[in-house]
Amino acid sequence: MKKMTLVVLGLALLISASLLIGATNIFSGDLDTGLILAVSRVPRTFAAILAGAGLALAGVVTQQVVQNRLVEPSLVGTPEAAMIGLLAITLIAPGAPVIAKMSVAATTALIGTFGFFLLARMVPRRDPMLLPLTGMIYAGILGAAATYVAWITDLVQYINIWQSGEFSGVLRGRYELLWIIAALAVALYFLADRITILGLGEDYARSLGLNYRQTVYLGLAIVALMVAVIVVTVGAMPFVGLVVPNIVSRIWGDNLRRNLPIIALLGAVFVLGSDVIGRIVRWPYEIPAATIFAIVGAVIFLWLLNVRKAGSHG
Amino acid sequence: MITVSNLTLRRGGSTVLDQIDLQIPDKGIVAIIGPNGAGKSTLLHSLAGLQKPDSGTVEIGGGDIHNMKEQDRAKVLSFLTQSQGAVPRLSVRDLISFGRWPHHRGRPTAEDRAIIDDAIDRFDLNALESREVESLSGGQKQRAYIAMAYAQSTPWMFLDEPLAALDPKYTRDIMDRLRGLKDRSILIVLHDLSVAANHADWVIGLKGGSVHCAGAWDEVITSETLSDLYEVRLRLTEVENQKTVIWG
Repeated sequence: MKKMTLVVLGLALLISASLLIGATNIFSGDLDTGLILAVSRVPRTFAAILAGAGLALAGVVTQQVVQNRLVEPSLVGTPEAAMIGLLAITLIAPGAPVIAKMSVAATTALIGTFGFFLLARMVPRRDPMLLPLTGMIYAGILGAAATYVAWITDLVQYINIWQSGEFSGVLRGRYELLWIIAALAVALYFLADRITILGLGEDYARSLGLNYRQTVYLGLAIVALMVAVIVVTVGAMPFVGLVVPNIVSRIWGDNLRRNLPIIALLGAVFVLGSDVIGRIVRWPYEIPAATIFAIVGAVIFLWLLNVRKAGSHG
Repeated sequence: MITVSNLTLRRGGSTVLDQIDLQIPDKGIVAIIGPNGAGKSTLLHSLAGLQKPDSGTVEIGGGDIHNMKEQDRAKVLSFLTQSQGAVPRLSVRDLISFGRWPHHRGRPTAEDRAIIDDAIDRFDLNALESREVESLSGGQKQRAYIAMAYAQSTPWMFLDEPLAALDPKYTRDIMDRLRGLKDRSILIVLHDLSVAANHADWVIGLKGGSVHCAGAWDEVITSETLSDLYEVRLRLTEVENQKTVIWG
């Protein structure tokens, strides 16, 4: 449990850092500190925590559904599919409220993710690398389609915004949709056993009395909704869903009833940490959290591929 | 008793199972044998309700297995599938605990825990219970999965080639343990004919998707039936009171 304490402590430290660090000095006395905190810093901190938790949880669910640790939503086309939906609604009804945009994005994200799930059933399981490769190609095709449509309709700027997750634009009133993730995380906790059983494979899942199809649909729907909310509010952040569940799996194993909270917490730590670092390195300018995480995440992932797996856990 | 009538299953253009009729008795070990590609694994999946047939019915415990809800089916039979690469990082105890899931659906009772302890004891996994399944040897892993199926407390246990890639020590170990489960009926796909000869009470010989022979081992299986089933001369013989199958 010592490692767990470390994670909680880390998050607490990062929350304080996130509230204190920014372009303006909240201790200078020139500005209304309370206002800055309430309008900008607190929403930004919550946004990073929620997005991080959501990305990590969406990652582990995706991995369990297709029984492969090397995939995550951004490697199976989920954010790209969400972007296609966002483009469509932006073209058809540019003035639609955010919730409508998010709903459309979630729908196309679900269709896109389910398409990958069908594709995954046809990929031979012998080599675990085949599935992520298939997913990358699939995501590439969806991404290219989105970029093409954006190009001919002059919306490439939007694609760029949706693609690079960052939190500098988060203000009170503009991030609250992310709280949907908190609700979905609770729902996921009730499904934890079922999602773990999915990881045993379809034969075991069904012979253990699980309604396999229904559980897969439910899992993918949660993934699609989480990713869509994140893409709409702060932009996509690749690899969080890959790195975090892998770290947790190595240290604590795959029993999700026990580990979902840790996965959510660690996702929050990584994304909030990336955001805080992004605010510091070129102060007073900012580097997107997704960029920072891509660097940190890549290093961690390479390390993960090489370290010997732990032999046992409680 | 499992009553199979007119079970037919096609995949692509070919008929994998062709009008199978069987009455499989309860209790003891029932072996499914036959050459590669005979449809043994498909038959097991189809009898377990995991693969829908094109026509025909499978009745276990009074109902058609293919019309049962997954939840009810999980109380009739447990299933051990051939290992499929990715093994989740669960401790042996956690894995076996999932065998009770169909009964408690997430809220284990004291009875569930007692059954899990019994399964761990019976399959001699006490020393390994907090180890990750992934870190076990092939034979230990198989024992853990069988213990999970056992913990499911179903009258039937279906095992798809549980001895594949196991050395003689573990083969013996697992068959002895299965023999010891007096209150269960076991339907098992076997490749090793000598193992089948010594352990199976009843046998289903499958060839080209049809039943080649079925019945009590001693009544049905002779050197001739085996030679005909596998299309190679085989001899069923006995060495020091143990049955064995050799090339004839």
